[in-house]
Amino acid sequence: MTLGTPDPVAIGFFAVFIAITLGITYWAARRTKTTDHFYAAGRSVTAGQNGFALAGDYMSAASFLGIAGLVSTSGFDGLIYSTGWLVGWPVVLFLIAEPLRNLGRYTFADVVASRLNPMPVRISATFGTLATIAFYLIAQMVGAGSLIRLLFGIPYETAVVIVGCVMMAYVLFGGMLATTWVQIVKAVLLLGGAATLAIMVLAKFGFDPRLLFAAAAAKYGAGVLAPGKLVSNPLDAISLGMALMFGTAGLPHILMRFYTVPDARTARRSVFIATGLIGLFYLMTFVLGFGAMVLVTPEAIKAMDAGGNMAAPMLAEMLGGRAFLGFIAAVAFATILAVVAGLALSGAAAISHDIWASVIRKGQPKPGEEIKVARIATVVLAIMAMGLGIAFKGQNVAFMVGLAFAIAASANFPALVLSVFWRRTTTAGAASSMIVGATSTLVLIALSPAVQVDLLHHATAFFPLKNPALVTIPLSFATGILVSLLRPDPASEARHEAIETRLLLGAD
Amino acid sequence: MTPSSTDRAAQIAATRSLARTRWRVAAILTLLMVAVYFGFILLVAYQRALLGGLVSDGLSLGIVLGALVIVSAWALTLIYVQWANRVYDPALAALRAMPGADAAARGPQEAAR
Repeated sequence: MTLGTPDPVAIGFFAVFIAITLGITYWAARRTKTTDHFYAAGRSVTAGQNGFALAGDYMSAASFLGIAGLVSTSGFDGLIYSTGWLVGWPVVLFLIAEPLRNLGRYTFADVVASRLNPMPVRISATFGTLATIAFYLIAQMVGAGSLIRLLFGIPYETAVVIVGCVMMAYVLFGGMLATTWVQIVKAVLLLGGAATLAIMVLAKFGFDPRLLFAAAAAKYGAGVLAPGKLVSNPLDAISLGMALMFGTAGLPHILMRFYTVPDARTARRSVFIATGLIGLFYLMTFVLGFGAMVLVTPEAIKAMDAGGNMAAPMLAEMLGGRAFLGFIAAVAFATILAVVAGLALSGAAAISHDIWASVIRKGQPKPGEEIKVARIATVVLAIMAMGLGIAFKGQNVAFMVGLAFAIAASANFPALVLSVFWRRTTTAGAASSMIVGATSTLVLIALSPAVQVDLLHHATAFFPLKNPALVTIPLSFATGILVSLLRPDPASEARHEAIETRLLLGAD
Repeated sequence: MTPSSTDRAAQIAATRSLARTRWRVAAILTLLMVAVYFGFILLVAYQRALLGGLVSDGLSLGIVLGALVIVSAWALTLIYVQWANRVYDPALAALRAMPGADAAARGPQEAAR
């Protein structure tokens, strides 16, 4: 195995990717002049482009390397994740995409604030947004550092700094236009790489997945095709499932993508395309995971990386040689880079649009000021991401993406749904739902086995579930409904009529 | 032409009814997705032996159902997009063409911004 040594082929592929994406950034920078360009790519993205960009934003290294690794080492149980990551997308399509495009401009807080008092709503929405992004960023940065060390033999800290700086260049200069095209390039590479690898695996088994599964069962027992010990606690599985299902509809960097298209109809079509692509990708992880189990063997995979993350790259080297390993390694790096850029942009938008322009400047920022603040926020977020990435070195952060989904599902999703679909939602109701959702999730995470037992090595945890979504999503909805009912606000209820018109017809 | 108050009232009623229809379709499809996915998770948690059973050589029921969860997500999004193309978009166009729709759509937009 050549993994873990500086590999000229992999570094070459990666250099090509960086060169192309920086070229795109240069092209995008010359077109990025207004805030509409910076946050929303001038609303000029087509349904197909946005479908790929959504898929690119969503298919993180965790899903590519993590799920392939999980399936290869524990069989069927890994597939629970493959399905879970997809089922949030229909929810986005049915409940979120079109209303969001019609009611907002740059951030999801625009939608919640559209008929409520903007100040408390935007402050609480920023809290939820930044909490989601922080967890997601830490997971990606730590993942980036360890993967790049394994794949390229570059030191951990150097890898984190490279990711932070390149991401900063994309967002700072190219804004949403560059970020969108980076996602599209990455999505095409990732889908292409995974498909090639899946076809290579299937070719070994006469293009019949059943023969592949049968070979796995013959080698490691029929148990690999059945649910095993990963879901030992059904409540844990349901809680994680709820976080995945409703968290997708609350992820700030995903929601922001719906503002880059010209209208609600395009937003709808783009989610349809994204759902198709992402589903296809997760179906391929079935093949990649079992392929790695049979061809590479779990023992070899675990020897390389205890978390199993190297299953797909090892499979690539076995089937396609060093050059293909280099390609897959570069794709994995590009994947992390693109996801991190999308996260940073949505965090910068929350700070500059929701806090600076709407709260501090009361909706009247000086010309050109908002975009300047967004760029400063990008630099601050990038530095923070690098710092956190280095601080969390060596920690097992795989659970953090699940937690980011839990915060998004509990802080952002309930307030979004209530404010759009429930006439009686009040400012206090929406704001308290977001604050309670975010805070309760953070507190329960701190008390969960993931932190108390795994991280702090206590014998027991105060809260039994690894993922708190089962408690915090209902809690957030209940808070929003109760607070709204206790102190009704006839004025915002009356404004819902206007919202309904705009929800359907849009603003333009 | 300035929209009369009856035009406006008719437009509001039509908007509300379409908004309600859209919400109902969205809610039903969301509940279907919830039922499919959590049904799968509950089977995984409580019916391990059943899911481990082989449908054909190498293919366990669990793998088939897992793939079907993904396929049903596709199917539900397809149903929604078909509904939107055939029913919802024409209804929106009709709403837009109603007298008074312009004023209703434009007024609140300025207020909200």
